[in-house]
Amino acid sequence: MNSEYLDVFLDESQEHLQSINDHLLKLEQTPDDLSIVGEVFRSAHTLKGMAATMGFEDLAHLTHNMENVLDLIRNQKLSVTSEVMDVVFLAVDDLEAMVQDIASGGEGKRDVSAVVSKLEAIEKGESLEAASLAEKETAAAAATPAAANVQLTEVYDEFERTVLEQSFEQGYYAYQIEVTLDEQAMLKAARVFMVFEVLEQVGEVIKSTPSADQLEEEKFDETFMVTLVSKVEAEEIKQRILKVSEITNVVVQPVEKADLTSKEEMLADGEKSTSSEPTEQAAPSKQPTDKKSPARKEAGVQTKAETKKAGHESNKTIRVNIERLDVLMNLFEELVIDRGRLEQIASELKNNELNETVERMSRISGDLQEIILNMRMMPVEQVFNRFPRMVRSLSKDLNKKVNLEIVGADTELDRTIIDEIGDPLVHLLRNSIDHGIETPDVRLANGKSEEGTVKLKAYHSGNNVFIEIEDDGAGIDRQKILNKALSNGVVTEEEAEKMTDQQVFGLLFSSGFSTAEKITDVSGRGVGLDVVRNTFESLGGIVTVNSVLGRGSIFSIQLPLTLSIIDVMLVEVQEEKYAIPLSSIVETAIVNKQDVYSAHNQKVIDFRGKVVPLVFLKDIFEVPGESQTEDFYSLVIINKGDKVAGLVVDSLIGQHDIVLKSLGNYLTNVFAISGATILGNGQVALIVDTNALIK
Amino acid sequence: MSNETAARTEMKVIVFQLKDEEYAIEVDYIQSIERMQPVTRIPSTYPFVTGVMNLRGVITPIINLRKRFGIEEKGLDEATRILVIQKGYIEIGFIVDGANDVIDIPVDKIEPTPEVVGGVEAEYLRGVVKLNKRLFTLLNLEKVIQES
Repeated sequence: MNSEYLDVFLDESQEHLQSINDHLLKLEQTPDDLSIVGEVFRSAHTLKGMAATMGFEDLAHLTHNMENVLDLIRNQKLSVTSEVMDVVFLAVDDLEAMVQDIASGGEGKRDVSAVVSKLEAIEKGESLEAASLAEKETAAAAATPAAANVQLTEVYDEFERTVLEQSFEQGYYAYQIEVTLDEQAMLKAARVFMVFEVLEQVGEVIKSTPSADQLEEEKFDETFMVTLVSKVEAEEIKQRILKVSEITNVVVQPVEKADLTSKEEMLADGEKSTSSEPTEQAAPSKQPTDKKSPARKEAGVQTKAETKKAGHESNKTIRVNIERLDVLMNLFEELVIDRGRLEQIASELKNNELNETVERMSRISGDLQEIILNMRMMPVEQVFNRFPRMVRSLSKDLNKKVNLEIVGADTELDRTIIDEIGDPLVHLLRNSIDHGIETPDVRLANGKSEEGTVKLKAYHSGNNVFIEIEDDGAGIDRQKILNKALSNGVVTEEEAEKMTDQQVFGLLFSSGFSTAEKITDVSGRGVGLDVVRNTFESLGGIVTVNSVLGRGSIFSIQLPLTLSIIDVMLVEVQEEKYAIPLSSIVETAIVNKQDVYSAHNQKVIDFRGKVVPLVFLKDIFEVPGESQTEDFYSLVIINKGDKVAGLVVDSLIGQHDIVLKSLGNYLTNVFAISGATILGNGQVALIVDTNALIK
Repeated sequence: MSNETAARTEMKVIVFQLKDEEYAIEVDYIQSIERMQPVTRIPSTYPFVTGVMNLRGVITPIINLRKRFGIEEKGLDEATRILVIQKGYIEIGFIVDGANDVIDIPVDKIEPTPEVVGGVEAEYLRGVVKLNKRLFTLLNLEKVIQES
């Protein structure tokens, strides 16, 4: 096995599968846009080729069957119906499972006979609609009467397609010719040879099925197929071939340029012609070498040049293993720490030249930092693009009509975050569709449109990325949650009365809390929203819910742009230094002690007309030492969603770029501490998790 | 691991001092032995967790072995060392009174912990070794590292 290429294979096949998925969904939306089929085809074909090269026969085989069906669609012999798409999607599911299997070390083996037989059924036109359409099409397109009942299919690879295209440009016709030999023919190879002789006189053979080698060895039944470019009329070609003895039938079918591909870029495979053995197409045959003419050679050279150019234009990126980027990032973090150290030394020494150099270095490393961070940024599309498919099948399973809108898929996030958010987002989406969106009849009864809408939105704001999942479904019933919370003993009656809607909805995220009345296939898998919240919080994110009963709900997730280097405000409490992430700071303030009020034993201040509770870091963190008795409090006003609190510290040191480091695997879940950083002097400062300080 | 150790006839250990006793840890787990450095206190964690230290760019939690074992505390001095241990995914530093010796212990000399061993709870110990009039107590790292 080419394990060396396995990674590339996996990466690329996943990409192609995703592209197939995306385009199939698009196709379902706009069944008339056949250029989409071309895109699907291109991905499928590449996938097939890769799989075959890597020796994953099952994968290649199934892709091939899928291609055949797509081919019918492309040639308008089959219309895009929901049933057809279902089968194609099933095939894609199987393909994904196989790739998954290969990724986890398997051989990509899978019993796909069910899907294959369904695909073949469609292919053979066993669906009524397809059959009638196909018949109509062939009748219209047939140039010779004999072709009327024959389905023509021939698959061209990129190379052959280019040759055909160039021939068209030079005013040649292309034909797919099916030749049937007499059953009694004794020397089939000789007949084939004579047919080729005739064909060479009138044009150029581009391709034959079976391949020339197999023809020479008589490895075919009675029928074989050739593709010919020629300036001669179809009828004449037919007559010429029929002059060869022991030939019983000849079908000449013109290949139109439009048949090859609807787009200029030769994206998809071309096709057309008679084929009695669809499986043979999997191995596109090469033309007999001894029949190569100068014209063909020239065409070949041109083709290669062209494909090369196209490849260059579309592919100006390189794949870099994320681990290498991580190494780069780690090294850079070291540099940032040393930079901090240098800055501190320079400020102490007050040497002009040193200062200048350090400033320059700081600026350059700042730019470098941005570049490295950008390198790790990826559009959330990476995660989002698997959702349309999921929503499609989920709404089918639940008999709901759901329209998924995706906004801001190009919003970028750090790769490490991207990798983590997929599963929790799946969970939230499932939640919205399962619990949020009502069934069509309920929706109609409530005066809504039959089709529910789930909007998945991503956008930047400051140092954060927001992801929102909004549905126009039933909304969340406050009372229902409270009842459940009361019966679970999560809250008391007294607390329940005082809770705001936000707080009540927040209960959804407490562990072991599921509001699903009946456990469906979709929810009730033992994984609750608490796991979702934990995942996001471990990434430094915040999840909030808002809902209006009967109108819908909105889950909002706030995520940091990147995980490793963050902007903080350094503060001091006695001798200890703490870092507070700037992303959660509203502002800093200094207030007179006289302006501090006491409300039910809780110190509060009036901050811009809002009552803001004070949190004394010294008490929370049990910092040793005597409290200073000053007249003023230094405050850092922090927020979590729309809740605000004021952290009381001894002094504010200033704003710094710091490298976030984990506390390691020993100290997990330290209250209100999300990590640590190394300061300029080599000391460790703890990073305050402000979210934990606001309840 | 235990099978492997059993197969070997000798075991290399680092010997360290805690109060007036000598303890031993297999050398395989020891990343380094450091002099005492500034340690940043971590609020609201176990009392025996002294804090975290910057160990060449890696934030390393430090625990005080005396406190862990319930031995009375003692101030830091010149001899105080931090043994940096790596066990599985956990990297951690132990503050000990001193560490100077690396010796080989014949595996068959390891005896089960006596019912009563001065102060230290027996569950933290894996056995004792008597060698040339010195008695070493082998730590059960798993238990020592386990939280709470």
